[in-house]
Amino acid sequence: MIPAEFKYLFPSSVDEAVRMLAEEGEDAKVIAGGQSLVPVLRMRLAAPTALIDIAGLTELTGVRDDGDSLLIGAMTTHYEVQRDHLVQDHALLLRLVTDTIADPQIRHRGTFGGSLCHADPAGDLLAPVLALDAVMIIAGPAGRREVPASEFFVDYFTTALAPDEILLDVRVPKYTGWGAHYEKLNRVAQAWSIVAVAAAVQVRDGSISAARVGLTNVGSGPLRATEVEAALVGQPATAEAISDAALRASSGDGYKDNLARVLTGRALTAAVAG
Amino acid sequence: MHISVNVDGMTYADEVEPRLLLVHYLRERLSKTGTVVGCDTGNCGACTVHLDGHSVKSCQMLAVQANGHEVTTIEGLARDGKLHPVQEAFRSNHALQCGFCTPGMIMQAIDLLADESDPDDEAVRKGLEGNLCRCTGYQNIVRAVQDAAQRMKPGAGPKQEQHSDEHIAATQPVGGE
Repeated sequence: MIPAEFKYLFPSSVDEAVRMLAEEGEDAKVIAGGQSLVPVLRMRLAAPTALIDIAGLTELTGVRDDGDSLLIGAMTTHYEVQRDHLVQDHALLLRLVTDTIADPQIRHRGTFGGSLCHADPAGDLLAPVLALDAVMIIAGPAGRREVPASEFFVDYFTTALAPDEILLDVRVPKYTGWGAHYEKLNRVAQAWSIVAVAAAVQVRDGSISAARVGLTNVGSGPLRATEVEAALVGQPATAEAISDAALRASSGDGYKDNLARVLTGRALTAAVAG
Repeated sequence: MHISVNVDGMTYADEVEPRLLLVHYLRERLSKTGTVVGCDTGNCGACTVHLDGHSVKSCQMLAVQANGHEVTTIEGLARDGKLHPVQEAFRSNHALQCGFCTPGMIMQAIDLLADESDPDDEAVRKGLEGNLCRCTGYQNIVRAVQDAAQRMKPGAGPKQEQHSDEHIAATQPVGGE
């Protein structure tokens, strides 16, 4: 289908983009890579009156080292995340997750920040970003503010972003040397997850010193399996400890509990192994 | 909205509606009908073209997003009447039946070979996971991509065939564009 008509704007700075969003009102929408938004426009699930294309804001692209954290620019493409050495060394989980997003063509265009702002509960990046305690750095008319991932994902396709705000960067603490794995259950290539589990584990002297576990597509947004994480800490990195902890995974409403538990067990086993 | 796009080596300046999709711009304004629309929903990959050397689905992009960029379509691959090695490999390995998915398959195969010069069976299948074929069962497509990888290896050209090519085997493979 053909999208409904809209106005198209190319801001040349973040401030200009924020000003345009305010001027165009609530029916304006930011377009990043467009790999979620263009299909939505085509199906006429949304009909924004104006699109504000932030592809020209090159300062939003790339991954920077910021001491204890990485700063991932919102416009960094999935393809760039997959090949970034900082991500590989300090946030391996994000690379492994990104490898599974859609297909190569979509990964060339789709962006890290765009996926998070679209907030599809089946989107692969939400759960790992939540589990890794990332922080969203946001620009709006009143200046910059920071929102932790735990407060950013509000509901189905809904985030804490106000209509006149733009996600600039995502700050991800470094998880150097942690093992990681993303266990994704889907039926066919490029299908969304039915359930997926993102796990990162730190093993010291044979025992688990810290763990992060996030669940994809078990509810209206990503879930963090805090009970699983707590059950793992201090335990030996053994199959028994992992299967005991995985039993505490829950989808919240019971519907996908069994899948959540099985996939959590698999994700942790692979994460501990490497 | 005014856009300027380089398509298959020619620069085009046009006035377009912002809602015009790149694939419709290519087909209807530039008559580049080699790029086809398959599923229309971003799944099948038949509309794959290259944007600045990377594969994209042209039905999931607006023409205005290509403003100032370089697009390569299936029509821009042949040189002086000679098919691209990936096109040749698809032909000689019977990698198509109805042929509808072929433009997208070939564009994605070239992208894959630029990243991975000698992919194994699984790497080809993974690299083509955004492209659907309803006829072939993929077997001959995988063969064709692997054959193309051999054809595009340094030293694979006719002249070098007569010599040992070990001394140049470490150089970068030709990306195809």
